[in-house]
Amino acid sequence: MPLTTYRKALNDALAEEILRDENVVIIGEEVAQYNGAYKVTEGLWERFGDKRVVDTPISEAGFIGMGIGASMLGIRPVMELMFWSFAYVAWDQIINNAGQVRYMSGGLINCPIVIRGPANGGTNVGATHSHTPENFIANTPGLKVVCPATAYDAKGLMKTAIRDNDPVCVMENTLLYGESWEVPEGEYLIPLGVADTKREGTDVSLIAHGRAVITALKAAEILAAEHGIHAEVLDLRSIRPLDEEAIVRTVSKTHRAVLVDENKPFCGVSAQISATIMEKCFDELDAPVQRVCALDAPAIYAPALEPIQLPTAERIVAKVLQIS
Amino acid sequence: MPAVTEDEAYVDPADYSRAEVNAPLTAEQKTGFYREMLRIRRFEQVALKYYNQGAMGGFLHLYIGQEAVAVGTVSLLGKDDHVITAYRDHGHALAVGMGMNECMAELFGKATGCSRGKGGSMHFFAPDKNYWGGHGIVGGQTPLGLGLAYALKYKGAKGCALCYLGDGAVNQGAYHESLNLAALWKLPVIYIIENNKYSMGTTIDRSSAMRNCLAERADGYGIVWDIANGEDLYEVRAKTANAMRRAHEESLPTVLEVDTYRYYGHSVADANAKKYRSADEIERYKNHHDPIRLWKKRMVEEGVFTETDAEAIDEEVKAETNAAAAFALESEAPAPETIFEDVYWEVDNNTEAGSTGRHFFGD
Repeated sequence: MPLTTYRKALNDALAEEILRDENVVIIGEEVAQYNGAYKVTEGLWERFGDKRVVDTPISEAGFIGMGIGASMLGIRPVMELMFWSFAYVAWDQIINNAGQVRYMSGGLINCPIVIRGPANGGTNVGATHSHTPENFIANTPGLKVVCPATAYDAKGLMKTAIRDNDPVCVMENTLLYGESWEVPEGEYLIPLGVADTKREGTDVSLIAHGRAVITALKAAEILAAEHGIHAEVLDLRSIRPLDEEAIVRTVSKTHRAVLVDENKPFCGVSAQISATIMEKCFDELDAPVQRVCALDAPAIYAPALEPIQLPTAERIVAKVLQIS
Repeated sequence: MPAVTEDEAYVDPADYSRAEVNAPLTAEQKTGFYREMLRIRRFEQVALKYYNQGAMGGFLHLYIGQEAVAVGTVSLLGKDDHVITAYRDHGHALAVGMGMNECMAELFGKATGCSRGKGGSMHFFAPDKNYWGGHGIVGGQTPLGLGLAYALKYKGAKGCALCYLGDGAVNQGAYHESLNLAALWKLPVIYIIENNKYSMGTTIDRSSAMRNCLAERADGYGIVWDIANGEDLYEVRAKTANAMRRAHEESLPTVLEVDTYRYYGHSVADANAKKYRSADEIERYKNHHDPIRLWKKRMVEEGVFTETDAEAIDEEVKAETNAAAAFALESEAPAPETIFEDVYWEVDNNTEAGSTGRHFFGD
């Protein structure tokens, strides 16, 4: 199978969906003539022209809200946020308008919009540019949120998100854009709400999403090589909807769970996963659920320190050893 | 940018009845405008009565005093013209043709309400009538209105979006971002500022920096703007028609500021409704600037209908309003299981996408 970067996989997904549906339009800052701030949309403007790939001014509340309004009339906008951190200036539009309008209209309206962009720390850009708001989005019934960890997942989830008739937030990762994975040629879709076992194991479940999955896989290697512990790595892929069955399945298999999460710990995604395990399979546990999250302070700039603020393989290994 | 552009024939401001869009109006149409304005007023008066009895929750933002704006503007809409407004939305809802029953039932939070009891007073919707709400956050609807216009242009439809906002909303960033995008991309959106002079309890001179009027700010974006007297339905129609022509023929936005007045507080819960302005001021508007009273006087003078006809119309409207209240009172509250309906399209429609993974949490 050919190797494809996470960035190219997203680019292919966007191009395929533009070709498939005349109502799909890519809108965002620098997505067209500049080819994308992170080059996810590279070549699309040249290929599809002004109508389908649209540069916006720096005006997130305005253009995200505009996309939501257009989606109510049947357009399927795929809106790029240069960083998900910038969503906060468009928060009213995303939460109140995209998230609530279906409910408040008693089901008369729906918003088939995708809002996508990177949501990660670890790139020394300081606290304002390093937010991971998947927990905030997931706390809003009416919105959906997915966090692909690989190129394969990024393409399949993006295509599904574009075809979904509800608002879907896709949270990517700048540290993964240049990484490569096997991606099959031709079309495939990955449903929202279906987790993926990235590594089989028997002794402990590492449950993660986004880039934390990659960190968990590294930890699993170390655990196997140095400690003889066989960790299973479950990639949630989708936060809302959430594959609770897969969580229960892996915990019931290994009886130990360490949750890995680039969110801050307080009300982060892993807090919800922990609650799910307590509610659904407490009796399966042989040890308390543990978490490895981002260290609970604003994202630090210092290049020497930021790597240890995010979950590391070493912290995961240490946490697993605590309960093994 | 001049308020009257070269493509618009100058009309004596004293007599907008002779404007191109008004001259051909039939007596039946003119009577219809009277009825529509009266329907809004009587509807809200009855709603107020029940609100004060505690029969409904939340807020109730009354449109009373502003009726000529909704009725005048909406009367011009064609099949590809769309409407979106803020939380003072009952008038626009009735004007686009929503039924009194489902609107009143929504106020009472009943299952038969237009939003199945899930939206309340601030959130009326009727997409089948090109009516997109009903939005609770001040200024939050302004990018959505822009999006409706974007979709129309994208699809090649010859339509426009009328996006209403209050004078308090013009200081929100989302509105200014929308104006910039509307001008930049030549989108057929018409921002109608219903200037009732108070953003809640704050007078316009304490909230908005300006030279002469709020619409004039559009100059900064190169958008044509105009002002209209909201107590004259003829003028509202004439000025709106100009803006709609600009949207339909040239795909250009307009900002139209309509001078109007609300008799009640920001909402009925506005305890200071009579403290930030004098009772005399309210009485002056009621007696000398009331759009319904003035329209009736004009219609009688024009010989369109008589005082007796007007009274008969009022009786019919009152009967309709009382029937709507009875309908709302008799309707059932929504069933608890409907709490989880209308959240996700895919779940509601039992699709494959709606069945993978858990969508709702808790017990």
